[in-house]
Amino acid sequence: MAEKVKEIKGPGNGPRRGMPRPKVENPMKLFKRIMGYVFKYYAVHMVIIVACIFISVLANVQGTLFTKTLIDSYITPLIGVADPDYGPLKNAIFRVAVFYGIGAFSSFLQSRLMVNVSQGTLMRMRKDLFTHMESLPIKYFDTNSHGDIMSIYTNDIDTLRQMISQSIPQLLNSAITIVSIFISMVMLSIPLTIVTLIMVGVILFCSAKATAASGKNFIAQQKNLGAVNGYIEEMVTGQKVVKVFCHEEEAVKKFDELNEELYQSAFKANTYSGILGPINTQLGNTSYVVCAIFGGALALNSVAGFTVGGLASFLTFNKNFSMPINQVSMQFNSIIMALAGADRIFKLLDEQPETDDGYVMLVNSEMKDGQIVEADHHTGHWAWKHYHKADNTTTYQPMEGDVTFNGVDFGYTDEKMVLHDIVLHAKPGQKIALVGSTGAGKTTITNLINRFYDIQDGKIRYDNININKIKKKDLRLSLGVVLQDTHLFTGTVKENIMYGKLNATDEEVVAAAKLANADGFIRRLPDGYDTMLTGDGANLSQGQRQLLAIARAAIADPPVLILDEATSSIDTRTEKIVQEGMDKLMHGRTTFVIAHRLSTVKNSDCIIVLEQGRIVEMGNHDELIAKKQRYYQLYTGNKPEMVTA
Amino acid sequence: MIKTLAAQLKEFKLPSILTPFCMIGEVVCEMIIPVLMGNIVDYGINGGDMGYILKTGIVMILVAILGLISGCLGAYFGSKASTGFARNLRKAMFDNIQKYSFANIDKFSTSGLVTRLTTDVTNIQNAYMMMLRMAMRAPASMIIAMVMSFIISPRLATIYLCAVIFLGLIIVLLMGTTTKYFKQVFEKYDALNESVQENVSAIRVVKSYVREEHENTKFAKAAENIYMMFVKAEKRMSYMMPINMATVYACILLISWMGAHMIVSDTLTTGNLMSLLTYCMNILMSLMMLSMIFVMITMSQASAKRIAEVIEEKSTLSNPENPVMEVKDGSIKFNNAYFAYNKDSKEPVLKNINLDIKSGETIGIIGGTGSAKSSLVNLISRLYDVTDGSVEVGGIDVRKYDMEVLRNQVSVVLQKNVLFSGTILENLRWGDKEATDEECKRACQLACADEFIDRMPDGYDTYIEQGGNNVSGGQKQRLCIARALLKKPKILILDDSTSAVDTATDAKIRKAFAEEIPDTTKLIIAQRISSVQNCDRIIVMDNGQINGFDTHENLLNNNDIYREVYESQTGSSGDADFDEKV
Repeated sequence: MAEKVKEIKGPGNGPRRGMPRPKVENPMKLFKRIMGYVFKYYAVHMVIIVACIFISVLANVQGTLFTKTLIDSYITPLIGVADPDYGPLKNAIFRVAVFYGIGAFSSFLQSRLMVNVSQGTLMRMRKDLFTHMESLPIKYFDTNSHGDIMSIYTNDIDTLRQMISQSIPQLLNSAITIVSIFISMVMLSIPLTIVTLIMVGVILFCSAKATAASGKNFIAQQKNLGAVNGYIEEMVTGQKVVKVFCHEEEAVKKFDELNEELYQSAFKANTYSGILGPINTQLGNTSYVVCAIFGGALALNSVAGFTVGGLASFLTFNKNFSMPINQVSMQFNSIIMALAGADRIFKLLDEQPETDDGYVMLVNSEMKDGQIVEADHHTGHWAWKHYHKADNTTTYQPMEGDVTFNGVDFGYTDEKMVLHDIVLHAKPGQKIALVGSTGAGKTTITNLINRFYDIQDGKIRYDNININKIKKKDLRLSLGVVLQDTHLFTGTVKENIMYGKLNATDEEVVAAAKLANADGFIRRLPDGYDTMLTGDGANLSQGQRQLLAIARAAIADPPVLILDEATSSIDTRTEKIVQEGMDKLMHGRTTFVIAHRLSTVKNSDCIIVLEQGRIVEMGNHDELIAKKQRYYQLYTGNKPEMVTA
Repeated sequence: MIKTLAAQLKEFKLPSILTPFCMIGEVVCEMIIPVLMGNIVDYGINGGDMGYILKTGIVMILVAILGLISGCLGAYFGSKASTGFARNLRKAMFDNIQKYSFANIDKFSTSGLVTRLTTDVTNIQNAYMMMLRMAMRAPASMIIAMVMSFIISPRLATIYLCAVIFLGLIIVLLMGTTTKYFKQVFEKYDALNESVQENVSAIRVVKSYVREEHENTKFAKAAENIYMMFVKAEKRMSYMMPINMATVYACILLISWMGAHMIVSDTLTTGNLMSLLTYCMNILMSLMMLSMIFVMITMSQASAKRIAEVIEEKSTLSNPENPVMEVKDGSIKFNNAYFAYNKDSKEPVLKNINLDIKSGETIGIIGGTGSAKSSLVNLISRLYDVTDGSVEVGGIDVRKYDMEVLRNQVSVVLQKNVLFSGTILENLRWGDKEATDEECKRACQLACADEFIDRMPDGYDTYIEQGGNNVSGGQKQRLCIARALLKKPKILILDDSTSAVDTATDAKIRKAFAEEIPDTTKLIIAQRISSVQNCDRIIVMDNGQINGFDTHENLLNNNDIYREVYESQTGSSGDADFDEKV
């Protein structure tokens, strides 16, 4: 008798009625994979949940069937009886109450367990996603927009939560309800069941029509929404330019057109989607009425023992039958939608992580009896540790910071090379400058040294060891990098500096900050070294952030430094301060400098001029000036007249 | 806030009023059916009257169809009202943003404005539709069902009343605490996403320092934290459905028990009992529905507030009465001008500025970051108003001009410049809608943009993508200069507009300016000394004040800052980051 207690969905971004179903390849495979995830940790939970759904549906159905018993066996016979005996009714109600109680408890158990299952699965998935993401090569981040990656963590995970905690149990619930109600209906009256089925057919037909119409318009709405959002973004971003050019009226005119189109399609899509509700409920009511007339006639004539009580139960079933049938398609849609998200999640998880075949390790070293030996503490000296598999021996070689490129070719894809035949040699402690136009390949060269990318041809050697043989972790730890765009992390200033050396003491932090000339401004911050930085250090100036990045590199104390346009967006006066810090940092280290202003690279041991991926000139400042070629032109600001190859 | 939003309903007031009426109509039809059904049982079946069954049956079908019609009408009006409301909100915001002054624009972040115009409006649209259709339907359904129950049997209906009060209390209790929990969860959730964002953009730093493990540990901790908080919040929510279910079940059993007694003692009919059982669901489900609507409305409140802020924001600048419609010449004068972005700030950005620039002069401006170079020039075309003192253009206070007239004569190439999606020609014509192809080409020649445009496959019809991402920084800057030139202004301001242009081209542009538009007053902000050293005079800005204003030679002799900057750049006027060739 009780109309099925349906779960009302809270506000969210779940699928709306009548939205088109997204297309997903291999839905079954994806589904299985998600279920694999869920069952791996929550197999017992899931078995109990399924059982609970069963029990609560059956409790509901038996309750509805009780209406028949109530009217036919406990009320009608007692009418007109002088001293009615309510004993049997009391017992019957008690029995039903017990079943109802079990049903309600099952439903509680189900939703309670589901919380752990869905949130636990999501937590594991998040962790796996993040850990895997951290292991991916830089190339992945180059080829996927950050927004797309972010949306996996936010939107896709969220639709997955809906699928696990709502859509799947609801779908299961609907399926069990449909089957059990169908059986009950057949048991009560076959002719009325046929009538009901016909009416359900009519409802499904009508809602399919409306769904198709609404789907078409939802697609149009999506397209128009994209256009409006794009336009808004462009105009708002350029709002100051709009003002400067007094272009407001034109902007509004174009916006009005796009806005109107969006309104038209949104209006249609929502209307069709909106009438699905009344179609389902009111046609459902019609089905109810038709059954009432037929059933009334049957009961009146007591055809095949059909009773008033039977009619009462049947009518409730009739109402409860069309609802899950309608919901199945919506739940199905939302599962498909979640699968589309799951597809993106698994794509990320299936990405090949960075490979590392290196075996040479970087260790602390000290001299004992004229021999380099490994030390278990920080000694300030480092050595490369080679393990030779052939004869099971280990040799040590001091780390000095000697970097050579030998005939290196590189391209982000095999089809298009960006670096050609790069040959260079940085001796320990030297300062090597890379200059050239945007896109000449300066940054790319430094990205090869720390193996963010692997070269196609040639050799890069570090202290005469092929860098492919060095463990990536040890290779990168030996290189300090200060990048053009400074990225800081949410946390205190101190924590940010300690990023270079996680176990650094307070004294070391201050010393590094002093070396980078950052100590002064840090002390002036409201909480000094404990000032919280948020949003990539938004509360600091560009120069201050740059100084922190330098301090971060300084505390790591790497033998080789890479400074990629570290001071490009700082004005010349501020740059002077930063430069002092940088010079102190560079002292005694092999340094690769990519610089914007030639004055900062003048004192380099070797200046390499790059053009379209090739080295066109190499030498120190005086040599290059004497040559009067490319560097000379750049330096003097004269537009090059002769073409350099 | 509500008033501001409601004012945007405009032509959609009528559908907004009709929708709830249609919804009530649908509910009434739905509520009549159980009564009629009860009658069929009592008078038709138990009374043995087949004619009555048929007659009532037909009435019921008619009622159902009536319900269908008003339901569909409700959907029609509801979606008309809500999508139309959304349209008007978008328009109201967009229109008002167009009226914003620079100060207004600074107040809102770009991404903030975009969110308000997109996501927030969608939220409001959905909430409004929900409100119109469900917020009426749910209470109406509950009240009508309750009234019907009381008509049938006040004694039994009391059970429902008690159940409603009981369930209502439970909902308030659970909702109250859980919304608080959820709020906390979402804050943490945002923080978690922020840390992912941070890692994605700083992946090179993470990898350079080999901090993958460190980040993993940090993230795992945060993810576990979120898990615990979510479980805590959702645990409470998991009581909701079972309690609701149990209440419904209890009602059904109580009604069955008492109803049976009453039927036997002939104070209730079987039909009445059947109607009552149907109403039970209606009443309690409507209550659940109401609580959901309540949550949804509270959640959309934040969106409503954000939208209202944009619409209510008043432009800080407005046209004067009887504005001056003509700019006489390109002379500029600052009289004891003070300026602060925030009126309450103690330290003004510009302090006591006095300048006298003759029409046709070329002025260089140099100074460190944060020395207020941009702020200074932004006062000239009245992008901001002075807080004290005055700025004159052509001998008249800028505040007396019609803003459009002034800005057409004072052309600014902004530091953060933007090209819009469209062809190069379309972008150029922002400067002058009526400009001929020749005029556009001429402007490009002056800005040294013709050389690369000519080499592009589609020349002047090359399509510029959103944000101008398919041209290099230097090319973009040159196009922006050309666009500004097309205004044929009396004053041209270049705010660090050639920073990505190589020195040789930079020099060529300056030369072209000097030769081709000698009468235009030119103000050039630059980092490079070489860009300004040939100007008639150079302003040296320091910390919001004018530190020096003289020729290059004189400044070298008597201005410390200028000399310092000059020395740090001498001999290296060359810049490695020259513009790439196409």
